[in-house]
Amino acid sequence: MTSKYADTFPCIRTVGFDGLLISFADTMAEPSNRAALAFRGAIDALNWAGVLETSASLASAYVRFDPAVLPHSDIKDRLTHLLAQQDWYKAAMPAGRRLWTVPTVYGGELAPQLDDAAQAAGLEPAEAVRRLSATRVRVLTIGFAPGQPYLGPLGPEFNIPRLKDLTPMVPEGALVLAISQFVLFSGPTPTGWRHVGQTAFRCFRPDAPDSFALRPGDEMQFVPISADELNAIRAVNGDGMGGATCQEIEG
Amino acid sequence: MSLSVLRIGPACTIQDQGRTGYLDQGLSRSGAADITALHEGAALLAQSTDLAALEMAGMGGDFEATLGTDIALTGAPMQASIDGSPAMWNASHRLEPGQRLSIGAATQGTYGYLHLSGGIDTPLFLGSRAAHLTAKVGRAVQAGDQLPAKGGAGRAGMKLRPDDRFSGGRLRVLASFQTSLFDQDTLDRFALTSFQRGARANRMGMQLESTGEGFAANGQLNILSEVITPGDIQMTGTGNPFILLPECQTTGGYPRIATVLPCDIARAAQTPAGGEIRFEFVSLEEAITLHAAYLADLERLPGRVEPMVRDPHDIPDLLSYQLIGGVISATE
Repeated sequence: MTSKYADTFPCIRTVGFDGLLISFADTMAEPSNRAALAFRGAIDALNWAGVLETSASLASAYVRFDPAVLPHSDIKDRLTHLLAQQDWYKAAMPAGRRLWTVPTVYGGELAPQLDDAAQAAGLEPAEAVRRLSATRVRVLTIGFAPGQPYLGPLGPEFNIPRLKDLTPMVPEGALVLAISQFVLFSGPTPTGWRHVGQTAFRCFRPDAPDSFALRPGDEMQFVPISADELNAIRAVNGDGMGGATCQEIEG
Repeated sequence: MSLSVLRIGPACTIQDQGRTGYLDQGLSRSGAADITALHEGAALLAQSTDLAALEMAGMGGDFEATLGTDIALTGAPMQASIDGSPAMWNASHRLEPGQRLSIGAATQGTYGYLHLSGGIDTPLFLGSRAAHLTAKVGRAVQAGDQLPAKGGAGRAGMKLRPDDRFSGGRLRVLASFQTSLFDQDTLDRFALTSFQRGARANRMGMQLESTGEGFAANGQLNILSEVITPGDIQMTGTGNPFILLPECQTTGGYPRIATVLPCDIARAAQTPAGGEIRFEFVSLEEAITLHAAYLADLERLPGRVEPMVRDPHDIPDLLSYQLIGGVISATE
């Protein structure tokens, strides 16, 4: 059942009664996230009878199934076979990915922990903004709250720890930073990550036909604007896009 | 519109079997904390198990029928009356227009359910009517709300003897992918410990307390966040277990020592504050057998429904709170 060999990857382990977890690493890295996304996509594409749902986390794919239709030993054999089909760490990214370009206010009253984050990264605030806004980050996984993306990787200089004390509340649309990743908050929440940017982008839109804006594998870039510009965007933000543009990523 | 909500406890939500397929968007299943109760209500009213009901945590409310409807009461037994006359729990009843249903505090367990003939007909969101308060999907039902129902043939005057699952007890658990982060001594001690349900409990999870040392993983507190499934027993930094329930997060970084079998999650969720819980590890093979037996029991529920009038104790004229209490305790 539970693997005693968690130091060898990829590995397949049980999750509760009706799940299997296919892990490609025990730390976050670009190739293992690529592998997790591609492997999850491959399971979905095979459309096995008995599979109830799948997901991808930072470095693992998860599959939940009905053991009465697809017994544990059968699905484990199929997954083992699928793992051997290719080098998943070098897999192509899933098709249909999109690049979201999101107007973002860095620093100031709307994002008061930018200077602190820049200092932790050993940079002047302006240089931190230049680097953060120039980086195209990938939706590594979505979780913690509905539609809320973990984004990365950022450069190693941004591998800064979480704060010891939680910030009591940051608003929806906040861009927060820790451990070379961003999170773009889908609702107001307390956090130990540093609040470096503020957007008007809504990740979770329960009233819209498509309630979730993002998909794992999508890319995002957070381009700087002024607080006045964000106010203007907020005045006409019925669609929750926050002035963002979205384009298909070729290949 | 079938029922007007006149007064209601603070933690009552509309629930069904929950929504699947949104795990990759950070949205866990939600759905009734006691799925067995949903099946019992469906059996009493002879309707689909997919229909939504009102889940009442600890305390019910007062409701007035605007149109005649049949209802059923299942899950944690609560004091109930219709226009002042005691109404049996685990049974179905007729509410005529203008009649008032009063549901008080749970006498055992935590989550009681009010089912309406045809199911509560609020709008679907992503295929389900289940509120998910932590995800800000839906909201708690409030005084002044209407509980719309589709109505239907209905079937009042039936009763069902429920499985006793309202006072804690033994929960069967499986090893999961992080169980090996705990050493064997800790796992053995975990299986030998008698826990009490703590005060902190909601639809996300319930805290367990025990005397003695906590149950820490081996220096693995920086593990990568991984998928969570309802029933997971998560260890916080202090080594206190939480059993995660239908509104749990979809991923998390705290290690999980084991997972409660789906067939025992209702018993876990229904455990009242202070109730005793013990864990018993079973093999995957045993779990599959237990799960199949549980599903078969749910399938057989409609055949176990019987008319109230067969038992002289059920004749309405003879009913009193004391007699109802006797009926309930007879199931222990």
